[in-house]
Amino acid sequence: MRSQRLIWGKSRQWALSQPSPDCDHCRGSVNSCAEQVLRKTAMNSEERTLVEILDENKKIDLAKYINYVSAPAAGAIATFSGTTRDTFEGKTVVELRYEAYVPMAIRNLKSICHSARSSWDLHSIAVVHCLGTVPVGETSVFIAVSATHRADALDACKFLIDELKASVPIWKKEVYSNGEVWKENTEFLERKSELGKNDGFCRRKVETEAPDRKGCCKAKVKVEEAVHTSTS
Amino acid sequence: MEVKTEGDNLPTATPVVKDGLSVQIKVLFFAKARDITGLTELLMEVSSGSTTQDCLNELVAKFPSLDEIRHCIVLALNEEYTTESAVVKDKDELAIIPPISGG
Repeated sequence: MRSQRLIWGKSRQWALSQPSPDCDHCRGSVNSCAEQVLRKTAMNSEERTLVEILDENKKIDLAKYINYVSAPAAGAIATFSGTTRDTFEGKTVVELRYEAYVPMAIRNLKSICHSARSSWDLHSIAVVHCLGTVPVGETSVFIAVSATHRADALDACKFLIDELKASVPIWKKEVYSNGEVWKENTEFLERKSELGKNDGFCRRKVETEAPDRKGCCKAKVKVEEAVHTSTS
Repeated sequence: MEVKTEGDNLPTATPVVKDGLSVQIKVLFFAKARDITGLTELLMEVSSGSTTQDCLNELVAKFPSLDEIRHCIVLALNEEYTTESAVVKDKDELAIIPPISGG
């Protein structure tokens, strides 16, 4: 079975240009292209995305989030757990302490999840981060992604943690037996100069070149044909 | 600089006299920035039309030790990353964001 999907453009909206009789999607009918946009919008409103930043010193219940993303339609679940290591550059780590600009962090995480959906075909997403003290061996961040196929789930999971570390306003202090230091993510330092500028906040895997065949949705949208198989 | 507390218990850096020539913003400090200033929040009066850079300059003037992290912080205005040329409005929330380290 072949399926098609529209991709989020850099202009932060579904690109919809003048319909054309040559367009494989609408055959020139205004309603057809518009209907596709509305269908996609309706699907978005049913998205299962859970973003949580826990109260201080609360532990992550991994099963809760795996259950959240589980679904009969999803053949693959990919997860990432970030846990407190016991050493850093030879120093013994006692614990990590986390704080966050909570409303902005939640907003950013939801936006990152939305971006992931525009690049991969996903079913459900769950992202949870701790605040307060996280002892050695404990989980500070957990991400679970489900999809029909494993490639989408695995790639999206990596994207989500990479983007979290690059741009979400959460901080950790590494506590040693003889001192403590605020950590700095290299991902953020590499992205820093782009933050605050258009499209600098979140990098999406979006292709913007025009499709090979004729279509009324051109410059900012690439329509992909995905061949679905029965395996994940 | 004299720091006074307002009715909502937030310290203010300047007397709160609102007129058409000034705006009042809330400044949030996180992580290392909070360690330096000793504050989590601050109400600040700035000239109407001030940019976030103007606000940062004023903050560094009030808390000179902020200068040691100035090169590595980013700013957020009303929960979105912003540039130093953005103009602040009355009741805006400006966050001083040192290098992040989530995950």
